[in-house]
Amino acid sequence: MVPTLSVDRLRISFSHRTGIIEAVDGVSFSIAPSECVGLVGESGSGKTQIFMAAMGLLDGNAQVSGSVRFEGNELLRVDGPTLNRVRGSQLTMIFQDPMTSLTPHLTVGTQLAEVMVTHLGMPWKDARSFAGRMLERVHVPEPKRRLTQYPHELSGGMRQRVMIAMSLLCEPSLVIADEPTTALDVTIQAQIIELLRAVRGEFGMALVLISHDLAVVAGLADRILVMYAGSVVENAITGELFKHPRHPYTAELLKCMPSVTGPRLDRLPTLAGQPPRPGEVLEACPFAPRCPRAADRCRVERPQLEGSSTSQVACHFPLTA
Amino acid sequence: MNNIVLRVRDLRVDFGAHAVIRGVSFDLCSGETLSLVGESGSGKSTLARAILRLLQPAQGSAEFLGVDLLRCPPAVLRAQRRGLQIVFQDALASLDPRMTVGESIGEPLRIFEPGLNAGARQLKVRDMLERVGLSPEMTGRYPHEFSGGQCQRIGIARAMILSPKLLICDEIVSSLDVSVQGQIVNLLLDLQDAGMAVLFISHNLAVVRHLSHRVLVMYLGKLVEIAPCDALFESPVHPYTRALLAAVPRMPHAAAAAAPAAPGELAAPDLMASGCAFRDRCPYALPVCESSDPPLLEVAPGHWAACHRSQETLNPLSFVA
Repeated sequence: MVPTLSVDRLRISFSHRTGIIEAVDGVSFSIAPSECVGLVGESGSGKTQIFMAAMGLLDGNAQVSGSVRFEGNELLRVDGPTLNRVRGSQLTMIFQDPMTSLTPHLTVGTQLAEVMVTHLGMPWKDARSFAGRMLERVHVPEPKRRLTQYPHELSGGMRQRVMIAMSLLCEPSLVIADEPTTALDVTIQAQIIELLRAVRGEFGMALVLISHDLAVVAGLADRILVMYAGSVVENAITGELFKHPRHPYTAELLKCMPSVTGPRLDRLPTLAGQPPRPGEVLEACPFAPRCPRAADRCRVERPQLEGSSTSQVACHFPLTA
Repeated sequence: MNNIVLRVRDLRVDFGAHAVIRGVSFDLCSGETLSLVGESGSGKSTLARAILRLLQPAQGSAEFLGVDLLRCPPAVLRAQRRGLQIVFQDALASLDPRMTVGESIGEPLRIFEPGLNAGARQLKVRDMLERVGLSPEMTGRYPHEFSGGQCQRIGIARAMILSPKLLICDEIVSSLDVSVQGQIVNLLLDLQDAGMAVLFISHNLAVVRHLSHRVLVMYLGKLVEIAPCDALFESPVHPYTRALLAAVPRMPHAAAAAAPAAPGELAAPDLMASGCAFRDRCPYALPVCESSDPPLLEVAPGHWAACHRSQETLNPLSFVA
């Protein structure tokens, strides 16, 4: 079976006046058809850049090596027209801020119809009515009226529904949702997560959910990749990751998350120190300075991600169940 | 705790023809942390700005240590502002990029204690940096050299340097990663012990739970529930509070929420003309909710809710939707 997406030894660096900054440091993983994978990490861990590379959206000063294959076809270093055959139709992306990812001066209907006119050669009239039906499928009330509205006339939650509708128009094999609920209120967030769950069942596409919030990913993802300082440090089935985190960073991150259930705490647990500064060249484990389990070996030898495809950890001394 | 620092009575704010704060009253005592929660658009930040008279309320009073901030002459207001400080969400944007952090933190001293010489001021600044967990050696650095969490501590240090009686925190942990968020929350917990009153505005209910003595829930500019923290999280009365709590994403091992989530979005302003503004999203709405505005009633000692069915919803077992 050809994986929907396979990322192999992907490295992304940016040239900056202070030198070369490594954002993604040799990341490999793959996503099976219809699988939902969560990608979790703190800001600056490189989680978004991986998919910006896949979509050909990296900044001009980026250098990329390695490979990103979509259904077997290389996406890196291909020309625009080749990329455009899949980008926006078979491989789509939903961003954090639905206001800036919709064009402000075109109606919702025009923006949605344009996707099908461009990718499927559909006549505008048919494309518009199809767009209306798609809005209905993502539970946008009064879809006919919405088609004639501009993005600023919609609420944040409604805009995100429009983005989700747009991402589904050409029946994609993979949708990448980058912090799709971070800009939304908690009640709307719950609705959008529910919607993503429903469309995943209905359309059967693979889904990548990028988030800094483990709890958001928990309800949706089959498998979770945890990133730290440009590397994947743990890869595990969702239930296992929460029950038996193996990388000390995952374990610390879980401890740090305040909860609305369980005992009230006098002080919140914290993670001392800072992630390495971008650009620091690391021979050692990047988490070693903050790690409660770090030993001498961790400070001289960088651990590699090892294990089976559903249970991997990059740690010399992983936690055991 | 009967030494009231802030007494807000029937505060109303209008933006044009729209009422955005509709008669909010509460007290805040020294050493107490009151959290303000609600969705965006519920009026949380507007309420804070109205109390500080950063915008002019239409009606009501906000007495700070007995002085009505909304009616006192400008000179009196200026003098009072020394005792009330605010920290904003975007920490980097609220620091002057051309001032060193030492100058920024020392500026309130320069204004309110002009008699203090530069050396003494410097000493106070260094002491304050240390109190917020930063190195005193950092006074000569500029804001861009700090991370988001560090900038937030600098903002808190600047607010704290005059030892205010009341600190207003407007979404100060929202943009921070979980590992850093805990450090800021713990810092506020330390300040509580020092007797300061804190008005903590946040949409992050998990953080609110670990930090607050009492919680005030707002919906469309109205206070819908106010209760001691444990009571609010353990036995929320207002259906909106229940929906908010139910919408918080949970870890897989945490107990599921008992209440239904709220469908729909924040209501259109025309719903506010009469009756309960939450009625169109409320699973428990009755005809009476449309005709009359529910009064704020005390359902348990110190626990107030504005719901026509507050006596029923208190006990979820006997309650049938």
